[in-house]
Amino acid sequence: MTALTMPDLPPSPSIDQVGVHERVARLASRSIKKDAKVHALKLALSMIDLTTLTGADTPGKVKQLCTKAKQLADPGLPGCDDLPHVGAVCVYPTMVPVAKRELEGTGIHLAAVATGFPTGQYPLPVRLEDTRRAVEAGADEIDMVISRGRFLAGDVAYVYDEIAQTKAACGPAHLKVILETGELSTYDNVRRASDLAMHAGADFIKTSTGTVSPAATPEVTLVMLQAIADFHRATGKVIGMKPAGGIKTAKQAIQYLVMVRETLGQHWLHPDRFRFGASSLANDVLMQIAKQASGSYQSGDYFSLD
Amino acid sequence: MTPDTDTIVDTATDTSASPRLAVAKTYKLYIGGKFPRTESGRYYKLFTGGADSGEVLANVCLGSRKDFRNAVVAARAAQPGWASAPAFLKSQILYRVAEMLEGRSSQFAAELVSMGLEPDAARQEVTAAIDRLVYFAGWADKYQQVFSAVNPVASSHFNFSVLEPTGVVAIVAPETSPLAGLVSVLAPAILGGNTVVVLASHRNPLSAITLAEVLHTSDVPAGVVNLITGDKPELLPHAASHMDVNAVVYADDDPKPLVALREAAAENLKRIAVRKNTDWVSASAADPYAILDTQEVKTTWHPIGT
Repeated sequence: MTALTMPDLPPSPSIDQVGVHERVARLASRSIKKDAKVHALKLALSMIDLTTLTGADTPGKVKQLCTKAKQLADPGLPGCDDLPHVGAVCVYPTMVPVAKRELEGTGIHLAAVATGFPTGQYPLPVRLEDTRRAVEAGADEIDMVISRGRFLAGDVAYVYDEIAQTKAACGPAHLKVILETGELSTYDNVRRASDLAMHAGADFIKTSTGTVSPAATPEVTLVMLQAIADFHRATGKVIGMKPAGGIKTAKQAIQYLVMVRETLGQHWLHPDRFRFGASSLANDVLMQIAKQASGSYQSGDYFSLD
Repeated sequence: MTPDTDTIVDTATDTSASPRLAVAKTYKLYIGGKFPRTESGRYYKLFTGGADSGEVLANVCLGSRKDFRNAVVAARAAQPGWASAPAFLKSQILYRVAEMLEGRSSQFAAELVSMGLEPDAARQEVTAAIDRLVYFAGWADKYQQVFSAVNPVASSHFNFSVLEPTGVVAIVAPETSPLAGLVSVLAPAILGGNTVVVLASHRNPLSAITLAEVLHTSDVPAGVVNLITGDKPELLPHAASHMDVNAVVYADDDPKPLVALREAAAENLKRIAVRKNTDWVSASAADPYAILDTQEVKTTWHPIGT
């Protein structure tokens, strides 16, 4: 495949770190209660990418996860009779056929991490082949990782090309580009990488693999949301956002939704445009929904094991 | 204006003319190994000598249902680790609490007197509390042998019953006997591997909070004991209906809330233990059967040779 030539991109603005922290703190203080809270919780559920990404993943575990994706909780539990299904199930490429069978006809998307997840430290042809095979096996969303080393070394053209080529390899599948913000050191880098990924053809930009700490933070997410807003204003293209890793509580999830609403507007509050990469979040959201319906605080004993 | 020479005091030589302003302790909650203020920002006044008005002794946190919820979350997180700690270690830790209490006995006695106890009664409270801790420290590695059983059965099975901790226990502390009474219900619950949320005495809360400081410096892991001060009738319904609280030990003498408590507790088959009309200072309150209040019996049928 011939290497693509990176066009001249408009320069990314530099990020006011103090401003970002202050805005996040201000947005996090919003109080969402009662009906609005239940609405937000159900919306958050519909945006979750239930994820299992370990070397110990078995077909049985993936089936279990898919079963949970289809039915999040016992419908007999308070408030749990009318739940949405999750946005997607996210697995390694080898597990795609198993998940595909389980999710057939449910409307739940099937995401596969590809391109040498989680480090991306493999030759590009191998990573592209990884992508093609995952799509052939039935994944309709691909979560790719960028070469952080190349990006940090200043070789942004390489990163642009790998994203563009992965997008081409995806065919009809949606492409989520993982920036691994925990390894990018500065908000300026996060913003530059976000702009680069969107120009190169990303459908979603995603914070983290979940294997590096820190994973998603509200601050980094705000920087990326602002990048999406600016890109939308400049080009009219709609890019989705997926914070992943470290989002464990319903309260955090609602704070993220507030940020999305305030930065990108009502239209982005949709699973096609915003996702949570999380596995333990779902149960906490479910317990909050049951709490709202029954009035009493819930116990993990009555919800599925992750 | 010329300064009035009579009012100029050489503070280096004359301290009596500028009496030192006492540094009063802020009594706070104890949740997850930290001493936070109540999230509600509410306080109630405690008056010197247990009076209804007069000189303010302390502003005490009026804990809210959210404080209680946070305490249950902390207790739940700490429970598996504490349950799996060796019995001998639990014994040593309880003994350590007794040692630390002994070292601060005059402080505890003074505090009890400030809340209105007679000096003799205050000293009795403190010594009874210390002795009770030593007593239960001894039981930590013995109750399992005493209360477990090998059961005769007709089939060819080895049948045995062992004790397991109930889990997260809410303790409603006695109103009177704010130290010895509290220790007498607290120690048997935690030595059996439970973690607890204590609703402290409303009229005499100070020694409970100071006891938390002692626990905090006695190697009791964070979250094993959590302590809320406040209005019992307000907090008790939340303790009773909380699905993640497995038992309530009710040691308050007022029987009125018990019916409502039992009704709400039925929702998750919560265990309710009532300790009433107990003379907490007397040695008769040192009772190993108190340990059984927060233990579950697990019986195993193990096949043996045919």
